[in-house]
Amino acid sequence: MSPDHLVSMANQIARFFAHRGEARAVPEIADHLRKFWDPRMRRAIDQHLANGGAGLDPLARKAVESLAPDVRRSHTA
Amino acid sequence: MTLIEEIDYGTPATNATRSVTLSIDGFPVTVPEGTSIMRAAMEAGVQIPKLCATDMLDAFGSCRLCLVEIDGRNGAPASCTTPVAEGLVVHTQTTRLKQLRRGVMELYISDHPLDCLTCAANGDCELQDMAGAVGLREVRYGFAGENHLDAAKDESNPYFTFDAAKCIVCSRCVRACEEVQGTFALTIEGRGFDSKVSPSAGEAFLDSECVSCGACVQACPTATLMEKSVIEIGQPEHSVVTTCAYCGVGCSFKAEMRGDEVVRMVPYKDGKANHGHSCVKGRFAWGYATHPDRVLTPMLRERITDPWRPVSWDEAIAHVAREFRRIQAEHGKDAIGGITSSRCTNEETYLVQKLVRAGFGNNNVDTCARVCHSPTGYGLKATFGTSAGTQDFDSVDHADVILVIGANPTDGHPVFASRMKRRLREGAKLIVIDPRRIDLVHTPHVAAEHHLPLRPGTNVAMLTALAHVIVTEGLVNEAFVAERCDAESFADWRAFVADAANSPEAMAAVTGVPAEAVRQAARLYATGGNAAIYYGLGVTEHSQGTTAVMAIANLAMATGNIGRPGVGVNPLRGQNNVQGSCDMGSFPHELPDYRHISDAAARAIYEREWGVRLEAEPGLRIPNMIDAALDGSFRGLYIQGEDIVQSDPNTHHMVAGLSAMECVVVHDLFLNETANYAHVFLPGSSFLEKDGTFTNAERRVGRVRKVMAPRAGLADWEATQAIARAMGVPMNYAHPGEIMDEIARTTPSFAGVSYARLDELGSVQWPCNETAPTGTPTMHIGQFSRGRGQFIVTEYVPTDERTGPRFPLLLTTGRILSQYNVGAQTRRTANSTWHAEDRLEIHPHDAEERGVRDGDWVRLASRAGETSLRARITDRVAPGVVYTTFHHPDTQANVVTTEHSDWATNCPEYKVTAVQVSRSNGPSAWQEDYRRHAEASRRVADLAAE
Repeated sequence: MSPDHLVSMANQIARFFAHRGEARAVPEIADHLRKFWDPRMRRAIDQHLANGGAGLDPLARKAVESLAPDVRRSHTA
Repeated sequence: MTLIEEIDYGTPATNATRSVTLSIDGFPVTVPEGTSIMRAAMEAGVQIPKLCATDMLDAFGSCRLCLVEIDGRNGAPASCTTPVAEGLVVHTQTTRLKQLRRGVMELYISDHPLDCLTCAANGDCELQDMAGAVGLREVRYGFAGENHLDAAKDESNPYFTFDAAKCIVCSRCVRACEEVQGTFALTIEGRGFDSKVSPSAGEAFLDSECVSCGACVQACPTATLMEKSVIEIGQPEHSVVTTCAYCGVGCSFKAEMRGDEVVRMVPYKDGKANHGHSCVKGRFAWGYATHPDRVLTPMLRERITDPWRPVSWDEAIAHVAREFRRIQAEHGKDAIGGITSSRCTNEETYLVQKLVRAGFGNNNVDTCARVCHSPTGYGLKATFGTSAGTQDFDSVDHADVILVIGANPTDGHPVFASRMKRRLREGAKLIVIDPRRIDLVHTPHVAAEHHLPLRPGTNVAMLTALAHVIVTEGLVNEAFVAERCDAESFADWRAFVADAANSPEAMAAVTGVPAEAVRQAARLYATGGNAAIYYGLGVTEHSQGTTAVMAIANLAMATGNIGRPGVGVNPLRGQNNVQGSCDMGSFPHELPDYRHISDAAARAIYEREWGVRLEAEPGLRIPNMIDAALDGSFRGLYIQGEDIVQSDPNTHHMVAGLSAMECVVVHDLFLNETANYAHVFLPGSSFLEKDGTFTNAERRVGRVRKVMAPRAGLADWEATQAIARAMGVPMNYAHPGEIMDEIARTTPSFAGVSYARLDELGSVQWPCNETAPTGTPTMHIGQFSRGRGQFIVTEYVPTDERTGPRFPLLLTTGRILSQYNVGAQTRRTANSTWHAEDRLEIHPHDAEERGVRDGDWVRLASRAGETSLRARITDRVAPGVVYTTFHHPDTQANVVTTEHSDWATNCPEYKVTAVQVSRSNGPSAWQEDYRRHAEASRRVADLAAE
């Protein structure tokens, strides 16, 4: 999965929820990623985050960070 | 089987609630006030002779055949134009009436060819019937006088003829064009003996404004307007009621047959979506089913560069199962998936998603709604709680204000557009929000109150500006909001839209629409009475498609326009079964009835029913599948009834993804563009060859009934079932009705649906269950499906697709009346007479700047790719905007569209692509290469020569 494309998609999602403020937006962004992204897409963006997460909007970055434990656990399971 | 003969009551029914009782031929008859005597008689079983009357049209009173006598009244009034009254005593058959009617018929027949035995209408001619009914035995005037028997025949229309020699000038065709279709293409030219039916200003039918809906042909009581198929084949001998396989209106038709040959498709008056009307596609464009391009044998090939090798069904199915299992063994169970079809039945889409979930063991299933109305599903579920439109089509009859945004109903949903136009002629007000001046903006006797020609990509800015006016000018329906909606979300939304940054004045710079026009439109929507919103892909196919759907729902809730007839939010679905394919669990994150795959209780229902454990994680959507194919994690795909190479965006990317796969299975009627990259071809079955159901845009589940055997041997559901069995999944349905029974067992909204119920009621609108055993025409009455309506803040975010010096114009794509989607069906009919190629609409100013003349070849280029097509210069599009269709593979308009997509659903942003247009000498090098590649890809090995 192209990291650039995934970053662009994650940033779009983040922009939609941004008006709610960080405390509400981050879990909602993460929930959207969890509900609509196939696990390999979540793994790919998690990998991108592990490589520095270039291009990720701050809210999108926080949401991806919040997913990381689940993503990494399921990947190693 | 017999020919279904629908009763013609002569005049339309009335909606009056008060009844009156009269006497007809000595029998008491009670009917609603306002009913004509003709209709009252027919309801009592007395058929008064008639020629100019038919119950699809208002009474006209011109033929003078339906005369009656009424005690106490002078003369012999026409029964069609005379309403019933309490206590009337009517006589339909007296000596005087018999003489009068014979006299009238004598005059008609004295100027009519006496070729009944060789006439195409022999056996189905009302003139012939009436001559018999009135006992005509002679024509005293002879036939030598001046007459019209040598009048020229107009055969210009590919589907019907107009034989003026047989015309009795009853005006039924003219009135049908006006009242039913609303095109006003026909008129009666001349006076007295010179009167004749005339398309437009004396033009041939083909050259006139006629849209070939067939209403005139259906209305004609003689052989004057006659289907060419009837002329060629003869009269049908039996008929079957079924549902059209074209757009989301879902018209009911009688397939009139002779043996297993379709003679004609006639719109069914009892059809609750179309009430006896049709368009050029459903009425006439069914010949693709027997087109020589149909491939009727399964085929295989090792590599996509090899020629195809015809094989048996058994060999093909075994190969598919073996390949899919091999890929899973080598690359994991998530390396394969399936795509269900919005052109196939509910039962078939249900089976494909079942095959994927229960057989493949993953949720990699998606459907073409991904590229059209997936934002509708998301947006309406989030706001109202149900992923569907709120009304039935009949609701438009009660609308006072109709807001059409991002839809072109006269082309995309023509039968519903006729209903809408009729309501507009009755006085409803129209607001159109669209970058193009669609036909509805100004069509005969209809003129939009407001046309807001916004810049492509700015729907959310426009909708939020409308909301700003409603909130800041005190136009909110406070009582409705307080009673029905979530208070906290409303407060957030109200504060957001009230911000001056969202005012029409501030947004004018974004939308390009003057603020005052927006303010007036908002006031009309909020205060004009029942206000209904109808929208299409011009709303959803944007990077903010889902946000725009939410913004529409916000408007309806804020003004209280939800939960009763005449109002609501109405997505106009593009294909026949888009709604159904979504309902049936075709999305990778949802089980049938829109239950998320992570919902353990919902999964448990299917785990019990199917006897397998289901994956709880969402699968890949179509664009994600293509991305995953390119990174090597997705290698096998079963595609039923979709042509993703032609219909999906960024053709180069799509082709690269498909080419990277190891087993692509295309299950279709034709070797479509996607089949050029397939390893297995399974021949599909048309809607005429199978049983099932379609669900239209108003949630109406209608029966599809088989009228001929599957031409390739298996209906699509049978082929899917065979793949499932070969992969070890037990599927043993004997009939699609059993699949529907399983759907009803497992899907709450369909709990009351069965073939028996559909046979009984004709059709039902879901939810159909214990609470609503006959279905639900209007949703959210009293309470939203989710409880309280949820307002959602809809901040405008500009698309990442920007114009600039290299690509200064914005391309938006769409469809045209005569063609359907990728054109696989309609291009194989005479519909191509009207649209033989995709054209690029360009404004005169932009054309002049580029030295482009009408009809010139032009190069259309974007960051994604380029193609060439011919230009049509028109001011329907605004300066800076160009438009084309995607019906023809020779153009491949989607080679130009990009991967930008909706934030929530990945629905592609077809409606906004930055492009440049320049003069060209003809098809591009890429188009020539593509054509050669397509021809090579369709080679079939000559087995006899081997």
